[in-house]
Amino acid sequence: MTFQEIKNLVVAKLGEGTVKEIAPEGLQPVLEIPKERLLSIFEELYNNEKTFFDFLSNITGIDNGAEKGTMEVVYNLYSIPYNHFLTAKVVLDRTAPEIPSVSDIWKTANWHERETFDMFGIRFQRHPDLRRILLPNDWEGYPLKRDYKVQEFYHGIKVD
Amino acid sequence: MNPLEQKTQYVYKPGNLEKSEPNFFKVEDLDTDEMVINLGPQHPSTHGVLRLEVLTEGEYVKEVVPHMGYLHRCFEKHAESLPYNQTIPFVDRLDYLAAMNSEHIYALGVEKMLGIEEQIPLRVEYIRVLVAELNRIASHFIAIGTYAIDIGAVTPFLWLMRDREHINRMLEWVSGSRMLYNYIWIGGLYYDLPVGFEERCREFVTYLKPKLKELQHLIIDNTIFIERTANIGVLPLDLAINYGVSGPMLRGSGLKYDLRKVDAYSVYPELDFEIPIGQGTVGAQGDCWDRNNVRVLETYESLRIIEQCLDRLQSDLKRTRDFDPQKIVPKKIRPKAMDFYIRGESPKGELGFFFRTTGTYDIPFRCKVRSPCFVNLSVLPELSRGIMLADLIAVLGSIDIVMGEIDK
Repeated sequence: MTFQEIKNLVVAKLGEGTVKEIAPEGLQPVLEIPKERLLSIFEELYNNEKTFFDFLSNITGIDNGAEKGTMEVVYNLYSIPYNHFLTAKVVLDRTAPEIPSVSDIWKTANWHERETFDMFGIRFQRHPDLRRILLPNDWEGYPLKRDYKVQEFYHGIKVD
Repeated sequence: MNPLEQKTQYVYKPGNLEKSEPNFFKVEDLDTDEMVINLGPQHPSTHGVLRLEVLTEGEYVKEVVPHMGYLHRCFEKHAESLPYNQTIPFVDRLDYLAAMNSEHIYALGVEKMLGIEEQIPLRVEYIRVLVAELNRIASHFIAIGTYAIDIGAVTPFLWLMRDREHINRMLEWVSGSRMLYNYIWIGGLYYDLPVGFEERCREFVTYLKPKLKELQHLIIDNTIFIERTANIGVLPLDLAINYGVSGPMLRGSGLKYDLRKVDAYSVYPELDFEIPIGQGTVGAQGDCWDRNNVRVLETYESLRIIEQCLDRLQSDLKRTRDFDPQKIVPKKIRPKAMDFYIRGESPKGELGFFFRTTGTYDIPFRCKVRSPCFVNLSVLPELSRGIMLADLIAVLGSIDIVMGEIDK
């Protein structure tokens, strides 16, 4: 299925105005999904026999900085039997970023979401085990945020 | 003591470890039969600094909680502050056992964003595939060799290291370093192959072929090896896909899925090779034996690819006096504004890079790496529930992890 067909399918199921297409000059078009509909759309994409997105390749967090005041979570979905892709993204408010976890649908999301939480502080609601994964538990701040400042000392060790 | 000096030292307090890396299981919540065993971070069978917190009941594993991050070197933070070409040495250090493969995929991604992937000379692309496949063999050798050590056989490891040494030396001859090459550049190569490399490489292929047969007799068909790995850590296919598992692990579970064929990137569509899969020959499909068998069979296929590359490089794509592998290396790398995900088959599985570019800077706005080991390791708790403690090491080794890539 092409991107347009997938988009039409989602729109037909969930109504007009639910999704937005973003692809100004890009090679890979991106589908923007509202946060509230994320789970229902992904469940549909996962279960629908025509789309059958069984493989979640990647979850990326992006911080757009304080000026824009948004954060984004990007999902790269792939369907092994049909060999088609979908890049979907959700835009979040930067002050208290929260998004439903998709780890019920794809178990691989568990660790990807933990990493995103670790680096950006995005909270994944109903995540089974939301702990830091790469950084120590008592590390201060979220390193990939645009306004991140490294803490001066960690257990008495100078950080630089 | 100088107070400043004191501040640069690690200040030991009894609660430090509990604060920084707390255990998942609390001792007071355990049953009387249960015990938490801490495996790692310093333990050879964990292939690096991985700590496993194992909840056991007698000899049986009830739950495994991996703790990682001991080798975290902030790849993504570095990638956000460096131009694309300067990130390549960092890419090398992700999967340090298969640096060529990572470089190849990364360079391919940036070239696609720039729209210059069609202009890459065919000789460059064939050299890339040649060195990447050599590196794939080296990586699989480490995987199989260390796996043999994990389950108690030292000899195969020494044999494999001996053969891997040939590859290391050849790649050193090509690029100047043994493991971290920085050889494949965006738009080209650091340098053309040295004179005489093709002949030496052919010699190596003839040398390695009988050695692979030996290896198969020594490990894969060995009764002790089969006893130790068959029916252990069986990974069903649907679970593997749901966990995002890729590479030899996914193929071990029986799916003919190789990105070199599926995505047909680079010159792989012009090359003839098979995708070996696990078939449950000695045990259940998707067990530790299948995964290792797939790796050994893949080295045969890599050798086939190398031979075909050499055929081309010695016939119609021969070295010429005016050939410049850096001819179309861009001086300035500034892709248009886009979100772009590139993926390719590294020896461990699907290695992907996600780029967000703004079109106004020479550095990416965001570069995220989807590391195959990280994702493959996430299935370990699922695989090791209810197995014996000794088999846990066998299962972990069969995943073939590299901590550099997991911790980024």
